[in-house]
Amino acid sequence: MALLDVRNLTVRFDTPDGEVQAVSDLSFTMEKGECLGIVGESGSGKSQTFMAAMGLLADNGRATGDVLFGGANLLTAGEKQLNAIRGNKAAMVFQDHMTSLTPHMKVGRQMAEVLVRHRGLSAAAARDAAIAMLKRVQIPDPERRAAMYPHELSGGLRQRVMIAMSLLCHPELLIADEPTTALDVTVQALILDLIREVKEQDRTSVILITHDLGVVAGLADRVAVMYAGRIVELGDVAQIFAAPQHPYTQGLLACTPRLDDVGKVLKTISGQPPNLQRLPPGCAFAPRCPFKIAACAERPPLRPAAGGGLKACARDDIASINRAAS
Amino acid sequence: MWSYLARRVLIGIPTLWAIITVCFFLMRLTPGGPFDSAAPVPPEILANLRARYHLDDPLWQQYLSYLWNLLHWDFGPSFKYKDFTVTELIAQGFPVSFQNGFAAILLAMVIGIPMGIAAALAQNTARDYTVSGIAMTGIVIPNFVMGQLLILIFGVWLKDTAVHLPAGGWNNGAFANRILPVITLALPFVAYLARITRGSMIEVMRANYVRTAKAKGLPFRAVVIHHALKSALTPVVTFLGPATAFILTGSMVVETIFQIPGIGRYFVQGALNRDYTLVMGVTILSAAIMILMNLLVDLLYGVLDPKVRYD
Amino acid sequence: MTDMAAPDVPPASNIGPDAIEGRSLWQDAWRRLMRNKAAVASLIILGLIAFFSVFGPYALAWTYDQIDWDHVEAVPPSLALKHYLGTDSVGRDLLARTLFGGRVSLTVGLLATSVALFIGVTVGAVSGYLGGKVDQLLMRFVDLMYSVPLTFFVIILMVLFGRNFILMFLAIGSVEWLTMARIVRGQTLTLKHREFMEAARASGGSTASILIRHVVPNVLGVVIVYVTLTIPQVILLESFLSFLGLGVQEPMTSWGVLINEGAAELEITPRTLIVPAVFMTATLFCLNFLGDGLRDALDPKDR
Repeated sequence: MALLDVRNLTVRFDTPDGEVQAVSDLSFTMEKGECLGIVGESGSGKSQTFMAAMGLLADNGRATGDVLFGGANLLTAGEKQLNAIRGNKAAMVFQDHMTSLTPHMKVGRQMAEVLVRHRGLSAAAARDAAIAMLKRVQIPDPERRAAMYPHELSGGLRQRVMIAMSLLCHPELLIADEPTTALDVTVQALILDLIREVKEQDRTSVILITHDLGVVAGLADRVAVMYAGRIVELGDVAQIFAAPQHPYTQGLLACTPRLDDVGKVLKTISGQPPNLQRLPPGCAFAPRCPFKIAACAERPPLRPAAGGGLKACARDDIASINRAAS
Repeated sequence: MWSYLARRVLIGIPTLWAIITVCFFLMRLTPGGPFDSAAPVPPEILANLRARYHLDDPLWQQYLSYLWNLLHWDFGPSFKYKDFTVTELIAQGFPVSFQNGFAAILLAMVIGIPMGIAAALAQNTARDYTVSGIAMTGIVIPNFVMGQLLILIFGVWLKDTAVHLPAGGWNNGAFANRILPVITLALPFVAYLARITRGSMIEVMRANYVRTAKAKGLPFRAVVIHHALKSALTPVVTFLGPATAFILTGSMVVETIFQIPGIGRYFVQGALNRDYTLVMGVTILSAAIMILMNLLVDLLYGVLDPKVRYD
Repeated sequence: MTDMAAPDVPPASNIGPDAIEGRSLWQDAWRRLMRNKAAVASLIILGLIAFFSVFGPYALAWTYDQIDWDHVEAVPPSLALKHYLGTDSVGRDLLARTLFGGRVSLTVGLLATSVALFIGVTVGAVSGYLGGKVDQLLMRFVDLMYSVPLTFFVIILMVLFGRNFILMFLAIGSVEWLTMARIVRGQTLTLKHREFMEAARASGGSTASILIRHVVPNVLGVVIVYVTLTIPQVILLESFLSFLGLGVQEPMTSWGVLINEGAAELEITPRTLIVPAVFMTATLFCLNFLGDGLRDALDPKDR
């Protein structure tokens, strides 16, 4: 049985400007020990998918469909059942390290809380375990750091505290939402190494949400590319990087700056990101797509593509056009 | 920390001085004098009176001697309450106003803050709308109407029942005589506190760190109490500082309606009677308490938010 | 309600082809406001109260200061005598007095708030934009004013000005500007380093013209919200002054004066309190709801 099985997940937000569908009819599965990368620009629904799964949607958000995890349907689970899973079997690391830790609580206590709650440890034992975990994520001088408030730590340290906190109960699933955004490059590398270590040593399944394809390339086994609330391409990392089957994936890859690009103009995908309130009836990417054809007026289903992955594109010759162009 | 405190107190002194100066000259510029009255006073008596209170001295001299006396804790004699010094009047009235004000602000906190939290956690439900409605009503109905309404209900209509309360008077601070004035004083503050708490709680509940706390699997209660509440209280404290200062120095309205011998009434009576020294005395007291409360608020910020540093 | 956010969902107003067609911030805000039922209802009720306060007195048989010499007593509501809501204890028509009082109270509210608005925006914008010594000086002054018991200040001003109607709102306005100044200053500080401000400075605009053409329009949203919340405060303050006997003078009247008269006769003729109180509280309610609605409409992201 798959560790995580998402079926027909749809997430809607009721906003002052009308209803917005952030995630539409999304389905995918994930096996134990796997690392799945979720790639897309902001607004593609990649974060909201997992906020919905963890029961963390904003008050005006509603999720429908099924999210099966360890035999439980997270979308229909009660508060109690959900709280027994969150932070315990499934943990989440958020992108904004500046604001994701409670500012008026010492980090040691914020971590200890998790163990007191899920493992029933005493405050003292939980504190020791928290310090041990801080040591494991290579935070120097962990005793002293545990007694500090979040604002007294650097961004990199805060993010490592977040990760340490998520690992306290040895979760089966770690969801890392843009864990390296807004960190400088050396710190990014440290954080990614840490995630890789968790994945390889603890056999923890990892979902890595990012807009940075480079991050995915180094860590993920499979990648799902999201656009306007839907998966447009899903497949093995190596295969997708070598022969992207969807024009949007191609565009993303072409946009990623490379060290050997010196002197070249940075490429961008032309056109504007989609307005979720006024999506075209057919393929959401069609208005920006250089390979648009008449069939794009109808929404393409996610279907098997050459190379063993899935894609949601009406054409089958995208990869070859791409190869010819480069 | 201690040097911060010392510095803040030192800054308070020139502030107080500036307020004293402005009020002093503003009062003296006001047309009319303390000894104007409907019946004509013989000029020689008026001259005597003016001489006795040094009103014929040049203004700057009056000002300097007033400041000098202040330094010796002497607020001067009252012009209207001829047998009392201002210090005596304040010493009599202030404890009464202070006790009522303190009871009212405590009552307002105990009711208003939980009401605001309850509304915020059930946003856009019947409970929320009820609290918002009560809060809005408390803000919108003037307290002189509310006071008179309470008197009518508990003092007149329910006169022959067990819940009858005195319609006014002080009766040396008997408990029953305090109930209605304290409630009248507290009601608008219940309303403001509920409103402010609700607003800030809603905002904090959307904060990323509250989401983190939820993601840790903490029960909702723990999320609210340990992670949200402290930050949500910051704007509440900001409001409470000046509000407490305001309420402690007595309410003209409530003390007038319920005939309570506090110092609130002196503001108006003093100003209308041109009782310069009395008005000055009460104003200085209010300003000093206001400065003190603002200092207290700043210190409380440090308790609520470890980022605040005193140096 | 409109005060909810959809994180990660970009606001629809600045993406997509609509943005190019240029639906302005104000149109967006207006649309959101119109979707807020409480705010729309408030707007309608306020409009009606204002309309009847201004034009109603002309349509009535009695004027606000006219005593019905045939009935110098509290007349209960009577269609025959054309006292639709009865009279007060000396035989003056209650409806006429309430509508006229509304005219006075609303005028005081609007004018005093305009005074507060003018001083507050000027001080706040200048303070925030110029910064440095000027900023420090002005903000010290504001801090100082915050320490003065303001009602006392108004009383002194009222005594000083001798209960002049025109000067009453000046007195009230001159103490209500403090918070406005702080808000505008804060907004100006955040605007100061935005690109369009740099551009305006670089192209050599004078300080005054930059303030008027760039700073003021951009703080308008916050200011409007605050204005709708200040007017009720002013109306309450006016009623409070009436309670102290410092309000408008007989035979002129205001809601505050009427409510005080009514409260004194509460036991005998509750009508004389209820009628003006209903008008005033309805106005204050509506202004508060409108203010909340405007805040949500102008700043949907933050709510």
